[in-house]
Amino acid sequence: MRRATLILLPYLWLLALFLVPFVIVLKISLSDIALAIPPYTPTLDFSAGWQGIRNFFAGLDFENFVFLTTDDLYWKAYLSSLKIASIATFCTLLVGYPIAYGMANAPDHWRPTLMMLVILPFWTSFLIRVYSWMGILSTEGYLNQLLLGMGLISEPLTILNTPVAVYIGIVYTYLPFMILPIYSALERMDGSLLEAAEDLGCSRVKAFWLITVPLSKTGIIAGCFLVFIPTIGEFVIPSLLGGSQTLMIGKVLWEEFFNNRDWPVASAVAVVLLLILIIPIVLFQRNEQKQREAEG
Amino acid sequence: MSQIAFEPWNDPNAKPLIQFKNVTKRFGEFVAIDNQSFDIYEKEFFALLGPSGCGKTTMMRMLAGFEAPTEGTILLGGQDIAPFPPNKRAVNMMFQSYALFPHLSVWDNIAFGLKRDGKSKDQIAARVEEMLKLTRLEQFARRKPHQISGGQRQRVALARSLAKAPKLLLLDEPLGALDAKLRQATQFELMDIQEKTGTTFVIVTHDQEEAMTVASRVAVMDNGKIIQADTPQVIYEAPASRYVADFIGDVNLIDGVAEARKGAQETAPAEPEAAKQAEPEAAKLSEHEAPAAASERRVPQPNARGKWLHDKLFRYILGAREDAPKQLPPPTPGESEAAATASRPDVIAPGGITIHWAEGQPPLIVSNGDPALAGQRVTLALRPEKLGISKDRPESANALKGKVIDIAYLGNLSTYHVELANGLMVKAQLANTRRVAQRDITWEDEVWISFRETAGVVLSE
Repeated sequence: MRRATLILLPYLWLLALFLVPFVIVLKISLSDIALAIPPYTPTLDFSAGWQGIRNFFAGLDFENFVFLTTDDLYWKAYLSSLKIASIATFCTLLVGYPIAYGMANAPDHWRPTLMMLVILPFWTSFLIRVYSWMGILSTEGYLNQLLLGMGLISEPLTILNTPVAVYIGIVYTYLPFMILPIYSALERMDGSLLEAAEDLGCSRVKAFWLITVPLSKTGIIAGCFLVFIPTIGEFVIPSLLGGSQTLMIGKVLWEEFFNNRDWPVASAVAVVLLLILIIPIVLFQRNEQKQREAEG
Repeated sequence: MSQIAFEPWNDPNAKPLIQFKNVTKRFGEFVAIDNQSFDIYEKEFFALLGPSGCGKTTMMRMLAGFEAPTEGTILLGGQDIAPFPPNKRAVNMMFQSYALFPHLSVWDNIAFGLKRDGKSKDQIAARVEEMLKLTRLEQFARRKPHQISGGQRQRVALARSLAKAPKLLLLDEPLGALDAKLRQATQFELMDIQEKTGTTFVIVTHDQEEAMTVASRVAVMDNGKIIQADTPQVIYEAPASRYVADFIGDVNLIDGVAEARKGAQETAPAEPEAAKQAEPEAAKLSEHEAPAAASERRVPQPNARGKWLHDKLFRYILGAREDAPKQLPPPTPGESEAAATASRPDVIAPGGITIHWAEGQPPLIVSNGDPALAGQRVTLALRPEKLGISKDRPESANALKGKVIDIAYLGNLSTYHVELANGLMVKAQLANTRRVAQRDITWEDEVWISFRETAGVVLSE
């Protein structure tokens, strides 16, 4: 009996915090927009009894999902989000791997400090950090002033309000999520493996590609998913740094919800986004499981 | 003896495969290898033996190329190897942790080095199969390293390091991770593989038993120096220093002052029982020879009927019958001398020294000691198994009275800790040929420790 209760607890947790909100969102996505509070119809009316419930279900339809396919804004936003998330993930990997590699090869007494430095930005508000990037990247920002002062450029660069600024923002924000899993994979690696590879005729570079990279593969995959999944739905970075040109589904969702007050369409956008993300999430969990099996 | 003894180190014409020439290695202030020069010959199984931190691993890593000597040169086949990085040396190493690539199968692990050489697919496959067969791993070829046992992993590591047919194979504590039984079996397997492939092996170990078992020569190291490098027999029987004697096996060390022995026929200290040792040697000899002759006469001979049967019938099938009794080949002069003295414990070999080791105790007779040591302080090293222990005074060159303090029962052997009259503790080892209940020596017993005049080794340092 006590065991059943123990098992039930996490399920109740999932039910309350994940499934119930999702069902509510799904229900709104099937509703129609209305000038009311809440701004959609139908609403479930138990006072009308059985007839009320029947009316409620009769009022639900897939209109909003059909609408998403008619306006090319939506699928363009989805595709653009996927593209931005993929490129940003790749850039994060390029920046994060050398950092993780350097940390794993640093002297033992340095490692806790380096780890601290990676985690440190989390202690400041995310919004403040993104705002400060606006100050760095703007036409009169620190970066342009530095480059102008050094004489590297004669005209200030336009970085803010372009996709480049979005990439910079994403790489900066999600870098720790890339570094930590790769670092933990590299740190576990036995140094004598590289000596063995060298002893058997590999150059150092070759040994890196043949031994280090395959052995940190699980860390790379985990880091990529940890960056890719939240980036697709990212809203703050594109709206603060990307200006009006950058089309991302998170921004579209925000505008539908708050600017248009079209909750049903916004919910439909969210449901489709979730369906798209289910694929990488499942792949991610499979990777984690494989890693556990390899270790166990 | 058809087999010629393998002793290239005694052959002045033999060309060494590896030469260390005044090699010194320093890590900052710490001197890991202190100006060492020595040679390793082709097909040798050379063991570097010493406690941890003695520099043996540094020595090996310099051969592999992971460390460079601070001073001096290392030659491989007459060529200085300093300019060659590890991946360009005809030297392979088997790592202590095995360092198998966890993401590759056993087959791919073994093929790893071959692939780097740019060999053709067929050549690689043939060589890998050969290695799998040599190490009896055929059925595990497709498994990953974490799916096989420790002993199998050890064999994969060996196969991988042998696959490129290196001139020199380095083994870094190769059997450290195996349990005792498997380790013993693997030691013989290693020797077998070394013989089959004809590769020169250099093994680093802190396990003296392992070094003694596998190696053709053992180099005992301490504080970055090789103290003695010789065959296991010499290292054990004739250690050059107190350190080597103490490091290899169990040993009793008795300190004293040497004195040259005067007469050739000196006897054990005058005690009534020892009197008959002075009997003429000739009489002893004939007495000894007589039973041997008798035993030869006792060889079974066919009777008349047997002879008839043989001449009429079996002769045509089996050939002529040899009437001469079968005999062992005549012993070499050295052997017969040893056998003669061994069978006559009461005749003490002439020459050598006596060692005065304690007030009021008879001096120890050591016939193989150098008389030139007379007057110096020396140490007599005695292996426990070379000491006899008995309740009655034995007729031996050296007999010392003592009391049994402790008995360590090891199954096949028992080690007796005996306290001598002056408080010195010695260990005597006896094979347990009888059951425990039938043995008569027990705790607190007064016993005699005895050993022959040739049993020990005199160390002057």
